[in-house]
Amino acid sequence: MKHLLSVDDLGGRDGIEEVFRLTDSFVEVGERQIPKVPALRGKTIVWLFYEDSTRTRLSFEQAAKRLSADTMNFSVGSSSVNKGESLRDTVQTIEAMGVDCIVVRHSSAGAPWQVARWIEASVVNAGDGWHEHPTQALLDSYTIRRHLGGVAGKRIAIVGDIKHSRVARSDVLAFSTLGADVTLVAPPTLLPPSLDGWPVAVTHDLDAILPKCDVVYLLRMQRERMTEALIPSLREYTAGYGLTKRRVERLDESTLVMHPGPMNRGVEIAAEVADLPRSVVIDQVRNGVAVRMAVLYLLLGSGVDLQ
Amino acid sequence: MTIVLRGGRLIDATGERSGDVVIGDDGRIAAVGPDLSADRVIDASGCVVAPGLVDLHAHLREPGNEEAETVETGSRAAALGGFTAVVAMPNTDPPVDGAGVVREILDLGKAGLCDVHVAGAITVGRRGEQLAPMAEMAGLGVRLFTDDGRGVQDSRLMRRALEYASGLGVTLAQHCEDESLAAGGHMHEGEWSSRLGIPGVPAEAEELMVMRDIALARLTGGAVHFQHLSTAGAIAMVRAAKAGGLRVTAEATPHHFTLTDECCAGYDPAFKVNPPLRTPADVDAVRAGLADGVIDAIATDHAPHPQEAKERPFDEAPPGMLGLETALALAITELDVDLSAVLALLSWSPAAIARIDDTHGGPIVEGRPANLCVIDPLATWIVDPSALASRSRNTPYAGRRLTGRVRHTFLWGEPVVVDGEAVR
Repeated sequence: MKHLLSVDDLGGRDGIEEVFRLTDSFVEVGERQIPKVPALRGKTIVWLFYEDSTRTRLSFEQAAKRLSADTMNFSVGSSSVNKGESLRDTVQTIEAMGVDCIVVRHSSAGAPWQVARWIEASVVNAGDGWHEHPTQALLDSYTIRRHLGGVAGKRIAIVGDIKHSRVARSDVLAFSTLGADVTLVAPPTLLPPSLDGWPVAVTHDLDAILPKCDVVYLLRMQRERMTEALIPSLREYTAGYGLTKRRVERLDESTLVMHPGPMNRGVEIAAEVADLPRSVVIDQVRNGVAVRMAVLYLLLGSGVDLQ
Repeated sequence: MTIVLRGGRLIDATGERSGDVVIGDDGRIAAVGPDLSADRVIDASGCVVAPGLVDLHAHLREPGNEEAETVETGSRAAALGGFTAVVAMPNTDPPVDGAGVVREILDLGKAGLCDVHVAGAITVGRRGEQLAPMAEMAGLGVRLFTDDGRGVQDSRLMRRALEYASGLGVTLAQHCEDESLAAGGHMHEGEWSSRLGIPGVPAEAEELMVMRDIALARLTGGAVHFQHLSTAGAIAMVRAAKAGGLRVTAEATPHHFTLTDECCAGYDPAFKVNPPLRTPADVDAVRAGLADGVIDAIATDHAPHPQEAKERPFDEAPPGMLGLETALALAITELDVDLSAVLALLSWSPAAIARIDDTHGGPIVEGRPANLCVIDPLATWIVDPSALASRSRNTPYAGRRLTGRVRHTFLWGEPVVVDGEAVR
């Protein structure tokens, strides 16, 4: 694997399982007294984030440091990008400094694909527009596997703004590749215009599906969707699609509640629901570091012995 | 110096025959018949001699965006593509919304390798608010008016424009797009846009305006030309309007009969265009419409952009693709019609819509202006972006093998393309 742009780049179920096995060993590394291995010593990774991100960037940073890679940050806000430099010129300039991997987040779908065409270094997609966020899908799948013993056969409801969600697109690919039954739950305005070819079921009735879920995955609801006339109000959204205290009582005892963060407490998830033991949001974040270590190691660490 | 085109197969609106064509000193056809001679002999054996092609829809970018194209480079690309006349779109900077810019482009065109006609804007600044001085522009020979790139959104204004235009003997050409429905979209809305996470433009954004303008053509009796139709629904509506006797005509582009929205899967902005590439069913409808005459003409929508503009992310890159140098070969290669039908779509039919059929589009008879092209219909070639004459390189057909190549082009008797090379 040269790049990780899409969940599809992982090579199906076997490829994802390989990431999980590596992740298991990096979870173990994280539990050591000195949680650091020299696997990527001498490798340089650049963060190229065209969109604000706190948790994803920090998670990648932590993963890289635990692998002993050197990292550089290209801060778009204070850079030549604001002087009109093109994306191509920017990435070719960065590559010329001698980097092994560029981790890209961009508000435009497909930008990491273009970057991968223009440079020799590995490219990791850390989120492109509405399109994909493959490391999020890996950490979500890994978290489900840790808690429920596996993803295959699990009934997973993804609830909320599917249309504008790169997390949803990557999760659908990963969950279905691993054999889960995925149901999308959203008002029609927040679904993609076409679901042809998506291996999912769709419902607009959250209450009906709740008792039949092993995982309820809530997406962040953004305020600007109201101005686009996609929903009348956040209040109405919460009434129909929020995981309220009343709704959570309909869940089976073992059902997990997940969220990619940052959460809008009181909108898509009630505050007290977010703090229930079944809510594994913090585990998702914790696993994210080990999953990203596995991804960076797969891309850059060939031939390096982990021990 | 007189020239004879020897041994070619002649195809024009009147039919097909073999014979030699003599081009006189005055830039007109001096004689057509067997075994003719002249000062210079150009071999046309194995080739088709046809009226020069006419493009209803080219963006020559001058004035304002000379980095992308100039009248000179665009007209050279046109001549190499077999065109002897193009209609330059008015979305220049400043836009063509008055006599001054019309004159400037006409002057620039005099040195070009094809006749450059100018389309004027329907509204001032192409802003869709106030009628542009159409009579003033018509007085300089403008026969086609359009706010191309934008459709006139206001129905009342479009009605008035149609009424006013009918008094001037000119045609309004519409870029059909309901802007509120299309807002924010960058490709066709459907299976691929959903998968790729790119905001889409539904086919209905085009169809709503086609539907409205058909109603307005009925209301006013005015002539409407539909630019670059791309959806099966729009073509069905135009078919019905024509059957109802309304004065509507339509064009389609080569990319809308050769490429689909799936081409956007690699996020290469070379495939970003407006109207967007549609579904295979839409492509089939465009092909059928071209074959049965519902779509009157092939127009290129030649839209050059400098490389750096197309190296932006897909949603930030400008829409548009080159077309002048590949249109004829794509039509020959891809359409299920004979060469005579291809030439009708690319020559005499658009010449009539542009109202320049007194000088372009044939027929090949004594006394007519010698605006001609000589085509080798069997020659195959591979599209090489770096070999194009346009200043820009944004063709979506790089590496594609095509059949049919322009050998020679004659503009008012002057050989402007000889053996596939522009003379200047």
